[in-house]
Amino acid sequence: MQSATDAATDWPDQIYALLKEHGIRQVALVPDAGHSRLIKRCLADNDMKVVTLTTEEEGIAMLFGAWLGGEKGVLLMQSSGVGNCINMLSVPIAHRTPCPMLVTMRGDYGEFNPFQVPMGNATQAVLEAMGTLVKRADTPEDVAPTVNATLRLAFNTYRPTATLIGQRVLGAKTFGK
Amino acid sequence: MAKIERAASGRLERRSVVRALLEDRGEMLVIGGLGAPAWDITAAGDDPRNLPLWGGMGGAAVMGLGLALAQPSRPVLVITGDGEMLMGIGSLATIATKQPRNLSVVVLDNEHYGETGMQETATRHGVDLAGMARAAGIADSRRVETEAEVLALREAIRAGQGPLFAQVKIDAATLPLVLPPREASILQARMREAILGPAAHLQ
Repeated sequence: MQSATDAATDWPDQIYALLKEHGIRQVALVPDAGHSRLIKRCLADNDMKVVTLTTEEEGIAMLFGAWLGGEKGVLLMQSSGVGNCINMLSVPIAHRTPCPMLVTMRGDYGEFNPFQVPMGNATQAVLEAMGTLVKRADTPEDVAPTVNATLRLAFNTYRPTATLIGQRVLGAKTFGK
Repeated sequence: MAKIERAASGRLERRSVVRALLEDRGEMLVIGGLGAPAWDITAAGDDPRNLPLWGGMGGAAVMGLGLALAQPSRPVLVITGDGEMLMGIGSLATIATKQPRNLSVVVLDNEHYGETGMQETATRHGVDLAGMARAAGIADSRRVETEAEVLALREAIRAGQGPLFAQVKIDAATLPLVLPPREASILQARMREAILGPAAHLQ
């Protein structure tokens, strides 16, 4: 049993363990500070192909290609990147293929940057409008079970799914203010 | 081998180019970008090893990347159009960072958006896709305008020395539709079965 203090800092390691447990071989990402520890773990793993994208929608397409070839993948991104994915989500929907997304939230809880708020506020609605099953994790203890559910839903039921990791878990970037 | 043809314009005829690239394809997996390239690969013979796209504009090349990384021992060929490639042009940088030996991206460049009324694309104004691919880090990036260059491309796709990019200048004529199945779950499932066998459906 993990203590609350451990979960507060260890949730990225718990996600990494889940990616291994689910046999994830391809990790597509546009970096976010909230995912930096997880990204480091994935980069250090020779069994994972980590691909840094120029825009998040590439990740939706890449995971489709991976699944065609029999490999499981996951897309890591920040909430603003969800906006870049909208039309490409038609690909896993029409083909009925797994597309799990792990989204770290901005513009969500104590945001400093006005430009993050519109997309942060719309992230869940936009994903759901595009047929994605969305679950939120707003405490560190919730992250691992929610990510596990998101991976299971994607690979067992062949559809886009997402976990939104709230800014309450990540802490708001303050720019020194 | 089927003859590679030229149109009255002097430019290569697209379907004869695609037929030549796909003939005796062996293990090759092919993704066709939405619109005319999807019809072209279907005209060459609908096949479970083909994934013709009905949407996802801008995603074809990077789908090829995911597939090439998953199946490193098979040649993966993406055949798409200039408009589709331009929409996902950043994916050339993404592909270049991974340098997949088995991935080739062939753009059939008619300099127009064919499905929407033949409006001009940026290549009509001189944008050099092969130059962009080379600058991104895909060292073998070619411009293809002749029968001999198509045959050399055909060999290069099979050689596994990629990543490879080709901008094939083709005639802009709109050809009769040759439509693949439209139910996309069938398209993905049949390709997965062709690659993975019946176990594909139990993954």
